[in-house]
Amino acid sequence: MYLKLLSAVIVFGAWEIAGRIPVSYAFPTFIESMVALAQMTFDGTLFTAYGETLRPLIIGVAISAFIGIAMGLWIGLSNWFDWLFSPIFIVMQAAPLAALIPLLVMAYGIGLTSKVFVICIMAMPVIVLNTASAVRNTPSSIKEMARSFMGSDLEILLKIIIPAASPVIFSGLRLGVSAGFIGAILAELKITPTGVGDIITFSRSIADYPSMYAAIFSIILLAVLFLNLLERLENLLFEGNNRGYVSD
Amino acid sequence: MRIFFSKGTTVVMSQTKGAFAKADPLSGENAVTAHKISKSYGDVEALKNLTLEFPRGQLTSLLGPSGCGKTTLLKIIAGLLDPTSGEVKVNGKTVTGPGPDRAFVFQDFALLPWASVIRNVAFGLELRGMAKSEREAIAAKYIRDVGLAGFEKSYPHELSGGMRQRVGLARALAVDAQVLLMDEPFSAVDEQTRRKFQEDLLSLVQNENKTFIFVTHSIEEAVYVSDQIAILLPRPSRVHEIIRPGGFREKGVDNIRRDPEYLDIVDEIWASLRSYVE
Repeated sequence: MYLKLLSAVIVFGAWEIAGRIPVSYAFPTFIESMVALAQMTFDGTLFTAYGETLRPLIIGVAISAFIGIAMGLWIGLSNWFDWLFSPIFIVMQAAPLAALIPLLVMAYGIGLTSKVFVICIMAMPVIVLNTASAVRNTPSSIKEMARSFMGSDLEILLKIIIPAASPVIFSGLRLGVSAGFIGAILAELKITPTGVGDIITFSRSIADYPSMYAAIFSIILLAVLFLNLLERLENLLFEGNNRGYVSD
Repeated sequence: MRIFFSKGTTVVMSQTKGAFAKADPLSGENAVTAHKISKSYGDVEALKNLTLEFPRGQLTSLLGPSGCGKTTLLKIIAGLLDPTSGEVKVNGKTVTGPGPDRAFVFQDFALLPWASVIRNVAFGLELRGMAKSEREAIAAKYIRDVGLAGFEKSYPHELSGGMRQRVGLARALAVDAQVLLMDEPFSAVDEQTRRKFQEDLLSLVQNENKTFIFVTHSIEEAVYVSDQIAILLPRPSRVHEIIRPGGFREKGVDNIRRDPEYLDIVDEIWASLRSYVE
């Protein structure tokens, strides 16, 4: 806890110093940015902005998580589905998304659908691929154990494979959610400037750099909070996960 | 000193004649029979036309050099693998898959790392759909019996290798199967713990009316614990010889290892296996 606080102080201190030198006239100090952040919070602009941004973000992340984990389980359990679907997600992960956005806009317009798509393309592959590899790497001896004690296929999935894969599934979720946040801002910068993306674009155009950095800072803060929440959820669902593992 | 079973306070074998009547091969029926089992993986023949009988209430070891298919045979009996041809009968019923009449003890323990000792021990019962309070009461009893009382809430990574295998054994005992299948259960524990396990196993066979099928690669271990030893030879695997150690086990656990008959059998087995070990 103290270490976390210390590292925050060091990072923000460095920011403050860099802003005061200044490295660039377009780089505000930490305190200026925080003042702008407080202003935007109190006059309500930030809340309206997040109202816009969170809608595609939450829809996209929820779709990515549910479909991603389901697809990952499926791919991990069946060689045939692995052969059929894995390449799609590998291509999705490697695709230069910014270059593909115009195509998405042509197909789905400039509304919510396109933004949700961008977030899904960012978030889903890592969730699918992590889940699939975790499922494939379930120790065969504990699966065999469950079978020898007459566990059904469903019980083996629910009581063996998912708990065994859960740490890696959750690390995929964490990566996917962070990618989803990046996707949400990318969509707002590249498709139509709304929400937080609008604050960033608009503040930059009128050279109000403290507001621009405040908006970026707020989205990072939100992402970190969300990831912590996810960790809580993991500990709640799989309480054995933080108890260490049998290594041999 | 921990003991496997509260029923047997010492591991000294009973001196009465009645206790060893069951060692007579002619009395009693076979709990498990394997009839003309063949198993091949592609072109590789792991087992060929193997026929073997496992007398009820006794411990039969499957002994042989590595690659002789002893674990394959055990998994076929467990119903985890299907034989290419031939059939296994347990109490007269043909095996088509895992069943309530058999329980498996794994070489690598196969414990759930995220589950406490009591959940691990109760896991076999959990898969059979028993209510939580009921299965945990049974599990608690077997945890005591294997000498792990006080560790119910511990997790596997907090236990030593020997203790983990006691959990594996308690799990197999908790489902109360008539046949216990043990796949090199003591090979991953240290030498001293292994000796203790072997002594405890003798009293377990003595006190529980169960049939044990025990895979091992240790000649001494097989001679020490078995009522019947089936020596398997590899490529393709077949039963080379069946040895029934005689009366030396009535002399008590402390005397077995220096009994002339024990030593002779160990030598004799090594002589027949030597040429197969590269």
